Amino acid sequence: MQTLSINGTSYTVDAPDDMPLLWAIRDLAGLTGTKFGCGVAQCGACSVMVDGVLVKSCSTPVTTAIGKEITTIENTTPNMVFVRQAWKGLNVPQCGYCQSGQIIAATALLDAKETPTDEDIDTAMSGNICRCGTYVRIKKAIHEAVELRKQV
Amino acid sequence: MNVSRRNFVKIFGLASGGILLGCNFSEGTIVNGLEDGVSFVPNLFVQLQKDGSLTIVVTRSEMGQGIRTSMASAIADELEADWKYVTIKQATGDAKFGDQNTDGSRSIRTMLEPMRKMGAMAKEMLVSAAAKKWKVATTDCKADNHFVINTLTNEKIFYGDLVGLAKDIAVNADNIKLKDKKDFKYIGKGLESFDIDAFTHGTATYGIDVRLPNMKFAAIARCPATFGTVNSFDDKDALGIKGVEKVLSLEKGSGAFGVLGGVAVIASNTWSAFQGKNNLRIDWDMGSNGSYDTEKFKEKIIGRVQRPAKVTPGSSGNVRKAFKGADTVIDATYFIPHLVHTPMEVPNATANVKDGKCEIWAPTQDPQTARAEVANNLGFDKENVTINVTFLGGGFGRKSKPDFIVEAALLSQKINAPVQLVWSREDDVQHSYYHAMSAQYLKGSIDKNGKVSGWLHRTAFPSIVSTFKPLSDYASGFELAQGFNNNPYEIPNVQLENAKAEAHVRIGWMRSVCNIHHSFAVNSFADELAIAAGKDPVQFKLDLIGKDRIREGRSPHPFNSARLKNVIKEVKEMSGWGKQLPKGHGMGVAFHYSFYSYVATIVEVSVINNKLKIHNLYSALDCGLYVNKDSVLNQMEGAAVFGMSIALFGKITAKEGAIEQHNFFDYQMARMKDTPKMEVRILDNDEKPTGVGEPGVPPIAPAICNAIFAASGKRIRTLPLSDHGMV
Repeated sequence: MQTLSINGTSYTVDAPDDMPLLWAIRDLAGLTGTKFGCGVAQCGACSVMVDGVLVKSCSTPVTTAIGKEITTIENTTPNMVFVRQAWKGLNVPQCGYCQSGQIIAATALLDAKETPTDEDIDTAMSGNICRCGTYVRIKKAIHEAVELRKQV
Repeated sequence: MNVSRRNFVKIFGLASGGILLGCNFSEGTIVNGLEDGVSFVPNLFVQLQKDGSLTIVVTRSEMGQGIRTSMASAIADELEADWKYVTIKQATGDAKFGDQNTDGSRSIRTMLEPMRKMGAMAKEMLVSAAAKKWKVATTDCKADNHFVINTLTNEKIFYGDLVGLAKDIAVNADNIKLKDKKDFKYIGKGLESFDIDAFTHGTATYGIDVRLPNMKFAAIARCPATFGTVNSFDDKDALGIKGVEKVLSLEKGSGAFGVLGGVAVIASNTWSAFQGKNNLRIDWDMGSNGSYDTEKFKEKIIGRVQRPAKVTPGSSGNVRKAFKGADTVIDATYFIPHLVHTPMEVPNATANVKDGKCEIWAPTQDPQTARAEVANNLGFDKENVTINVTFLGGGFGRKSKPDFIVEAALLSQKINAPVQLVWSREDDVQHSYYHAMSAQYLKGSIDKNGKVSGWLHRTAFPSIVSTFKPLSDYASGFELAQGFNNNPYEIPNVQLENAKAEAHVRIGWMRSVCNIHHSFAVNSFADELAIAAGKDPVQFKLDLIGKDRIREGRSPHPFNSARLKNVIKEVKEMSGWGKQLPKGHGMGVAFHYSFYSYVATIVEVSVINNKLKIHNLYSALDCGLYVNKDSVLNQMEGAAVFGMSIALFGKITAKEGAIEQHNFFDYQMARMKDTPKMEVRILDNDEKPTGVGEPGVPPIAPAICNAIFAASGKRIRTLPLSDHGMV
């Protein structure tokens, strides 16, 4: 048995040591907002933050997250508020499936940079695949989220 | 008044105290199923409660095209509803809803008018109820934003307050009048997605997110070669994995959507099921596709298109004579490999077979076919199968095929428990219904006046029909109609030929289907002809389309060359075609008519040290009347990225029957860093609505390749560009 702290709540799970954090979050803790896309850290659908650091949970063993604070799409951090607002304003999602990971990755970028450039966004967001192809809007929305943050 | 009873529409009281506005519909007509008094089957319905809340049932699957919002808003518009009262309910798979197959870019094209009539009819009922209350004529009342207004007195009554009054109202469906375009409140505007908050908070339930009490998780090991079977297997190591509960074999099914069969692992969580599967030791009988080698097959079909093949309809004149008398004759061979959809949400389904009934939760584009297939495979009556349609994490045609749903149903039946079957990404890449590999040969002539005098086009690709009817080795009519025998050019001598191509994997349809390869070859070759003629490609192609004409036929949306020329002129203007570009840059144009819509795209690229960068992409679309402008723009932007993935990376290969790619590292997708600046325009006109989801894809790859030629002089005839070291 392990104890995971996800979005400030403790979850006791019985996970094999090599189980990726993704499956502990989805199948054991029962939070399904974090998505499975590839299982090999190629698509970013499973992005979460562990102690504020962006990780691909499909390739992070659950044991490395014990004792740390895990942030998923079900949470709301200060920068997630701006990101969501911008996502909504620009109607970013199509199917929406990858957007949990996109929003987490965009939030991590806003956490790290005050005013990310297009190049910063290309670098930070190229680990997240959107098969619907909403990249143009994601880029615009990240700039927009930065503007929204500046207005506060 | 002498009206037929069947055209009356009635309001039904609900146990909840609300009312249900129901009617049947078949394309374009609304009738009421009341005539026999017993078989009332509401096909699409609107439910109004006393508090004003309005539930609209959406019958098509949501996979990113925004159909839930679009369908509901079309009804709400005619109903003069206030959007804040609207909630959307997803229909289960049932023939009573009419066609639910969310495929072929046809939802709005075929359903906009029936949906509008539905809303208009509901409005008429509410207006009639209010008129009765006020004892005035219905013409003295008007509906506005969830109220009916008495225009004589300016009295208002809230829709919710009409629920009790509206019970016995019947209106004549023949009298239903639709709004003028200028009065639209939601249609043609950019309404925010109804599901935006769910999408941005991780609360939208996709198939993979369904959770049932005591649910098991399953994974299936399938034969590397299509239709191969299990000789024997050893499950000792698999059963040693923590969480693995059971291993069982699954027989191969039959038919287009029959299961592939294999060995299934049942576990307490997805990860354990995957691990169990990876630890199975299976001896496979690779079957008749065990020698499939795409390199060899590529050579075979390229060889076949170099030789005369079966002449198809659409041919006219005498190309041989044209070639003989021409000043310039050029030819070229084009090739695109197999492709696969890879929606971000892998195929998955949750099934609960219990007491002779089966309930399914699945991300399906086609719930009625899923229902029929599940019933057939379980030996149940369809009435005992319920298909709940979840959100789809992408579809692109993959989720039209319900094989994965049948797998889940069979497993649930075998283990007598609810089960969620999840494909790994590797399963998805290696066991799909693939977009056909294609080879095409084109030969064209230019006469002494610089006009194209002859056009020979041969195409070879395994047919989708082979999936339904094995040994169908030639293309079907619907496949040839996707950009092959309906190319837009006015050329006096045309010969169209189709060469044989056998299927060695399951062939399926993928976003825009055969338009992908036909658009690539036709647009690339027209560009080569323009260069050979020494002409500007845009002007040359506009001239080649010829005079304004409407291609008469049985189509409800006949091809109109003027509309095609309009999108080309639009995109030419958007891109500043012809302007001075930086060194190493070039622009390419391509356009295509598909799903009755017209799209033209111009791409600006640079090629420096053989490395491609796509800088700008401009697309113009004419899809007639559109519902949600923002969704349409989003679809076009997304289609461009989808087309870029095909052009840059799309390549599925097989050796000894097995697909060689695994996951997103060797079947790559376009990413943020690959994405250019984009501008999309939609042309406004009074034409009927046509397709949006797919038509943006076909021009992308040829526009990129034509731009590469303009930038570098390098002509790409074989995709993907990664094979040319350019990405």
